[in-house]
Amino acid sequence: MPATYKFLAEFAQTWGLAYFVAVFLAVLVYALAPSRKGRFDAAARMPLQED
Amino acid sequence: MAQTATNPKGMTFGEAGSALAFAALSFLSIIIAAKAYTPEYAFHAYLFAAAAGAAVFKIVDRYYDRPAELPPLTINGKPNYNMGPVKFATIASVFWGVAGFTIGLLIALQLAFPALNFDSAWLSFGRMRPLHTSAVIFAFGGNVLIASSLYVVQRTCRARLVGDIAPWFVVLGYNFFIVIAGTGYLLGITQGKEYAEPEWYADLWLTVVWVAYFLVFLGTIMRRKEPHIYVANWFYLAFILTIAVLHLGNNATIPVSIFSPKSYIVWSGVQDAMVQWWYGHNAVGFFLTAGFLAIMYYFIPKRAERPVYSYRLSIIHFWALIFLYIWAGPHHLHYTALPDWAQTLGMVFSIMLWMPSWGGMINGLMTLSGAWDKLRTDPVLRLMVVSVAFYGMSTFEGPLMSVKAVNSLSHYTDWTIGHVHSGALGWVAYVSFGAIYCLVPWLWNKERLYSMKAVSWHFWISTLGIVLYISSMWVAGILQGLMWRAYTSLGFLEYSFIEVVEAMQPFYVIRALGGALFVAGSLIMAWNIWKTITVGEEAAEAPALQPSLMAAE
Repeated sequence: MPATYKFLAEFAQTWGLAYFVAVFLAVLVYALAPSRKGRFDAAARMPLQED
Repeated sequence: MAQTATNPKGMTFGEAGSALAFAALSFLSIIIAAKAYTPEYAFHAYLFAAAAGAAVFKIVDRYYDRPAELPPLTINGKPNYNMGPVKFATIASVFWGVAGFTIGLLIALQLAFPALNFDSAWLSFGRMRPLHTSAVIFAFGGNVLIASSLYVVQRTCRARLVGDIAPWFVVLGYNFFIVIAGTGYLLGITQGKEYAEPEWYADLWLTVVWVAYFLVFLGTIMRRKEPHIYVANWFYLAFILTIAVLHLGNNATIPVSIFSPKSYIVWSGVQDAMVQWWYGHNAVGFFLTAGFLAIMYYFIPKRAERPVYSYRLSIIHFWALIFLYIWAGPHHLHYTALPDWAQTLGMVFSIMLWMPSWGGMINGLMTLSGAWDKLRTDPVLRLMVVSVAFYGMSTFEGPLMSVKAVNSLSHYTDWTIGHVHSGALGWVAYVSFGAIYCLVPWLWNKERLYSMKAVSWHFWISTLGIVLYISSMWVAGILQGLMWRAYTSLGFLEYSFIEVVEAMQPFYVIRALGGALFVAGSLIMAWNIWKTITVGEEAAEAPALQPSLMAAE
């Protein structure tokens, strides 16, 4: 049991950390990429559109 | 053999299937009622039998009344929105709001004047308190979330809700759950888990309703005409999905018997406590935050007639918030048997939540850029902007209180109650009031609200109420915390428990006064909504089959 705990804790503190940082960076790239500017500017106006 | 030229009228699979399922449920409920261990449980079984029987009747009656074809998805190229269930949930939210605030006022008065429980088991604080919390969070807040989500998903996807019976099942089924939960508390049926008090059979029912809600919401998104899924729908989806997971995890119980209301949870000891606060804190994070942020991201731009300040920030806000919130629960268990590392983990994630919370707050407030003058003239927008300010304040206070050193003073004191109410009254209720004030004229096709002056009165009266509430609870809580930890020079505790209780009396009276003002404000709202629907001026251009969405000015 202590070995399992140690393994899980080490895994979470290394690969878990790297995974979260990578996911966060991916979100930043997705949200901030200049190529999506037009799409997101249009999306910001979505509540204002009438049909 | 007569062959009809048009499509012959027949029951859909949904109609026939749900009518049969309800008939079976009604039959099963009668058997359970007959063999129930306790009269309270038999009463609930009879309620289930009656409601399921009424559902069968209503489905068949509706089938005979309707034309052969189901309502079309579009009329003249425009989406044919399904707003009936939205209207029901909007009215229900106003009703449950007033009821829930009033019960809150009663228990606030009971704390100041204990004789007000009238020596009745039904009115005792222990039963009234979960009635209050469930009525305001799940009945009021839940109906606001269901109404606004079913409205926003249709409008931003330009698509009619999926399903014919299903949206009505979600709205009526959810409110039936509220009735079972609430009457259960009055009768003394509870599993004793905070914010998850309903017993196993009510939990099972809610699970079915919630899965239907998820499918209706997701199905409507999949039917969308817009390529992009608007950020509010992301927040709603996170709310619906996470609440389903939390509900299943924290209610993993085994009933004593199908004829007994009592069940036992499969988790034990500190694991149970951890699961409970994983549930409890994420009920705050995903029910009271993510869901209402969705309201913010639709209704504030709509009302201010300005685009979202930064759509990119809203995406980062969304992912950061949902990734961080799920870890923060252990801060409810500081200085308990929970391992120290888990407490520290909860604290650290709570502090990290400052960033997405304030990012979201800034995004909501800055959406008013170029429209700040509207705050002067539009009390509905004022309600929503103040709600975002309260969101910022209570999400600053929360992480602060999760720091262990601060928590050692604040835990178990009225400071926590004050913090919760600055979030619940200031943020959740205010953004809900704003959404209700927007929705009612849109849904009932009215030119404007019956009285803007009444909205202004509602705003100022309840704001005064909130200020009295939270400031008295700050003073009471810190005083309480300091008195509990005060030692004499000989190392004895300086105050007995009852001396601390006595010191709380004036603050409890002030708090009850604040609550009374908040109830008064909600009554003004209920009157205004009633007048808007019954005698409000019809909107200028009334489309034939769908509610118009002309802005209220």
